[in-house]
Amino acid sequence: MSDLKYSREHEWVRLDGDIATVGISQFAQEQLGDVVFVELPDLGKAVEQNGDAAVVESVKAASEVYAPVSGEVIEVNSKLEDDPELVNRAPTGDGWFIKIRLSDPSQLDGMMDEATYNEFVAS
Amino acid sequence: MVPFAGYEMPVQYTAGILGEHNHTRALASIFDVSHMGQVALRGDDPAVALEKLVPGDIAGLAPGRMRYTQFTNDVGGILDDLMVTNVGDYLFLVVNAACKYADIAHLKNGLSPMIEVDVLDDRSLIALQGPSAAVVLSKHAPGAEHMPFMTALPFQIDGSPVAVTRSGYTGEDGYEISIRSVDAVRITELLLADEAVGLAGLGARDSLRLEAGLCLYGHEIDETTTPVEAALTWSISKRRREKGGFPGAETVQSQIAHGTARKRVGILPDGKAPAREGTEITDADGNSIGMVTSGGFGPSYGGPVAMGYVEISHAAKDTPVQLVVRGKPRSARIVGMPFVPNRYYRGKE
Repeated sequence: MSDLKYSREHEWVRLDGDIATVGISQFAQEQLGDVVFVELPDLGKAVEQNGDAAVVESVKAASEVYAPVSGEVIEVNSKLEDDPELVNRAPTGDGWFIKIRLSDPSQLDGMMDEATYNEFVAS
Repeated sequence: MVPFAGYEMPVQYTAGILGEHNHTRALASIFDVSHMGQVALRGDDPAVALEKLVPGDIAGLAPGRMRYTQFTNDVGGILDDLMVTNVGDYLFLVVNAACKYADIAHLKNGLSPMIEVDVLDDRSLIALQGPSAAVVLSKHAPGAEHMPFMTALPFQIDGSPVAVTRSGYTGEDGYEISIRSVDAVRITELLLADEAVGLAGLGARDSLRLEAGLCLYGHEIDETTTPVEAALTWSISKRRREKGGFPGAETVQSQIAHGTARKRVGILPDGKAPAREGTEITDADGNSIGMVTSGGFGPSYGGPVAMGYVEISHAAKDTPVQLVVRGKPRSARIVGMPFVPNRYYRGKE
């Protein structure tokens, strides 16, 4: 069973202590198609739950990536600068976007587990 | 599928935009462009008549030859761009889907009643584009491989009459094939059965024409842009520049003689960030000097490419500019086009 939590906006969160690693789902990367550029936030930026966190550009278009949880950006995945296609190859692994120090861990309670998320995207 | 000019159009098929784009440059793809308007002009010298509406040299177009031109308005703005083929006993026009009803009305109003404007709405149009196009088509239409770029010939494919031009909008060698709609699916499937051929949608069509540096109506060109500003002066022959006789000729002639305030240019972003349509272009000090009209990732170029209009003072090749992407200025420079060399078949020298 996966330890990921999913948002309705197709982001995932993996929690380690009070640090949340954030990326986009397998479903989202399939919908986007080939990712050609990722714009990541500055370190230290305060993000709000459901607020803008990053931008992912596919051949088709630019799409916002929202922060599934509020907090401070403490790390960004600099590998995506040179290899944005990591998002397609490993969306829930090496293709992660940012790490956030949570300000309100209870926000995760409202997120879906993988089984619920898979039903959500199938419906 | 997305709505486009009243049609349901595929942005992509199963291969996806990148796959379809690369397949077109490597082998060949079929694009269904049946939404475009196909019109025949018949009657007494339709070429001379059409020159009243377009700046292109139509009277000088030999039978079996085609040419790119524009419908202009009274101030030289572009109402639509189109391909004109001299089929022999009539002129064959291909116009943009979004403009076709306006174009047809414009033709009927603007031409003498002696010219018949025959809307060929029982015909479909497919584009077969890519380096394998000639090998594929000549299996069904022997001789098509010898047609030079921008020429036309009638063929029979699988017993059905088709009108073939060696043309397209991808920068690759290829053909546009006008087919009776009743035959269109069968002939498309026949060509598609060739292992070199895939299907490609609007997304790949857009990225291919962007890399080829070609204008898309409603983006690079519209009623507020002239052929001179749009860097399409090459499509106006010497005779037509001198003699005029098309809507907006005074403006166009004056712009050719004295220059324009702005010009369409190619723009190459320095980094990886694509600059999309509507992105502001500034000089090094942040003063606004223009706007991106088309931009995105160029799969064959291998990075972001764009085109747009800039003030003439910044239109020279290698001029450094900035693109304001989501509020952040990013460095770029003005470049020549196409971004990917075109590979039209000019015939044996």
